[in-house]
Amino acid sequence: MADTIDPARADDAPLTTSKHRSAAADAIAGKLGTPEDGDADTLIGRTVTIKRPRAELYAYWRDFTNLPTFMDNVERIERLDDRRTHWTVKAPGERTVEWTAVVTDEREGEYIAWASEEGADVPNSGRIEFRDAQGGRGTIVSATILYDPPAGVIGKIIAKMFQREPAIQARRDLRRFKQLMETGEVATGARNQRLLDEGKN
Amino acid sequence: MRALAWHGKHDVRVDTVDDPEILNPRDAIIKITSTAICGSDLHLYDGYIPTMQSGDILGHEFMGEVVEIGSKSTLKKGQRVVVPFTISCGSCYHCGKHQYSACDNGLPADNQDIAMSLYGQPMSGLFGYSHMTGGYSGGQAEYVRVPFSDVGPIVVPDGVPDEKVLFLSDILPTGWMAAENAQIEPGDTVAVWGCGPVGLFAVQSAFLMGAERVIAIDHFPRRLELAKKFGAETINFEETSTYEALMEMTGGIGPDACIDSVGLEAHGFFIDNVIDQIKASTFLGTDRPHSIRQAILACRKGGRVSMPAVYGGFVDKFPLGAFMQKGLTLKTGQTHVQHYMPGLLNAIMEEKIDTTFLISHTLPLENAPDGYRMFHDKQNEVTKVVLKPGLERVEIDV
Ligand SMILES: NC(=O)c1ccc[n+]([C@@H]2O[C@H](COP(=O)([O-])OP(=O)(O)OC[C@H]3O[C@@H](n4cnc5c(N)ncnc54)[C@H](O)[C@@H]3O)[C@@H](O)[C@H]2O)c1
Ligand SMILES: [Zn+2]
Ligand SMILES: [Zn+2]
Repeated sequence: MADTIDPARADDAPLTTSKHRSAAADAIAGKLGTPEDGDADTLIGRTVTIKRPRAELYAYWRDFTNLPTFMDNVERIERLDDRRTHWTVKAPGERTVEWTAVVTDEREGEYIAWASEEGADVPNSGRIEFRDAQGGRGTIVSATILYDPPAGVIGKIIAKMFQREPAIQARRDLRRFKQLMETGEVATGARNQRLLDEGKN
Repeated sequence: MRALAWHGKHDVRVDTVDDPEILNPRDAIIKITSTAICGSDLHLYDGYIPTMQSGDILGHEFMGEVVEIGSKSTLKKGQRVVVPFTISCGSCYHCGKHQYSACDNGLPADNQDIAMSLYGQPMSGLFGYSHMTGGYSGGQAEYVRVPFSDVGPIVVPDGVPDEKVLFLSDILPTGWMAAENAQIEPGDTVAVWGCGPVGLFAVQSAFLMGAERVIAIDHFPRRLELAKKFGAETINFEETSTYEALMEMTGGIGPDACIDSVGLEAHGFFIDNVIDQIKASTFLGTDRPHSIRQAILACRKGGRVSMPAVYGGFVDKFPLGAFMQKGLTLKTGQTHVQHYMPGLLNAIMEEKIDTTFLISHTLPLENAPDGYRMFHDKQNEVTKVVLKPGLERVEIDV
């Protein structure tokens, strides 16, 4: 809370681009609702423009089981009921971390917010927004993710994975989402299946 | 399959590697019948392009026969196609505007970060041109995987020899776009720096677009001769002061349009350890923009500068004052190949454009390392090398 400037009032730029990270996180946390345990302290925000209709993008995302197609770290997502999904996410050393996420708020075609339930390995919450882009360019998609890496040894490893380049991961996931929606596939530079499996691009 | 792989500076070898496969629905596999070595490949050969890895397969100018298609490809097996060097999706905002080299989706998501750091936004993918441009295996090989095969490759009629259409993949559209970017008006004098393949096609294109005079600049007599054959006047910059000559030859006005088709080819692209350094932004002064500086100084007031030549990083002593004070326009970019292919294929079929004059050497793919050495060491005699897969290696004296 060291920052005295409220970035929300400094200009019109999104909070996720604030230089005052904690202030931005706090402000967003209010809007997002923090995960059930712990106060989330790391914020990632990314925006892409996708040349597809808003309704189509919303519908694809709202079916959470689609997300592993373009989210690199996410191994699988199972549907528990209309609002709850169980996530299994890759962690370093062949490990996985898991949590159950619940949709906390949504408006058809506009936004979806979710948060992990109690007992999550990595408490987190997220929000995805869809707005019409100007000039017929499709839809502006903004993702905001807040998470709270746990303490302890395992926590350190997980934090490393989530924290090292969390913004990069979110950015890459959104690019893959865009590729899938615009081109019907996720681009790869690999020459064949073996190289693709080895992660060679 | 056999393929030309990069192993380091001045170390390229024909290796046996595993074949490409269809990975995405819009992919196709092409069996290469002809592939060329480009001036741009020499930057890789000289080790100036960052993010190369040992074993990377080179080649971005190629054509061949469709042998396999993904479920969403619109090509048919057996068709002959020329493949654009830019890998573009055809469906994003930029592709919609025919800005194919600015495609949002040609680069794999993970590879976009370097371009983001360097250029602010990622560009399209390129074949065989480092991991910064996607890590795609190139076409100096027996087979290649071609993404977005429903929007990229152009089908060519049977019976037309490869040599006539191969350069639709890069240098012909590049020379054409260079002339188009010069916004030539009737009565114009156009100066072209560099008589490599790009410059020579720019000379031809400039005349076709109505230039009254074209002045071509280089120091290799044989290349200047080729420019002269197309009607250009020439300046040999080793014998003559280029600026003085241009001013005198244009009655003290300066050329109306100037095309820089030299770029880092002649002057080097010195980005060492760029990956580590991008974040620190410490690689200042990487390019040596001699020809673009000269073009800006020589250009007439209110004139146009077109820059097909490739630059990669930052430049020192760019004559920004002259550029501003004279009110010049600069247009540039990696070529939007897909946009130009159909029109240029027609021009070739109607014999309005000749491309075969350029080829000085045709070699088996097995001799590709010789081809690189020749093209690198003997620029006067070696204007373009075409490689043919499937032929036995021959002994040649280089
Ligand atoms: N924009 C694109 O999409 C695109 C596509 C292909 C190639 N390129 C670039 O275009 C440039 C030319 O390609 P190329 O294949 O013709 O290369 P090239 O090496 O065959 O030709 C360059 C020519 O410039 C001449 N030259 C060197 N210094 C000069 C000077 N000071 N004044 C005048 N001429 C000079 C050289 O003698 C040589 O003949 C390269 O930078 C290449 O990377 C750009
Ligand atoms: Zn080329
Ligand atoms: Zn595109």
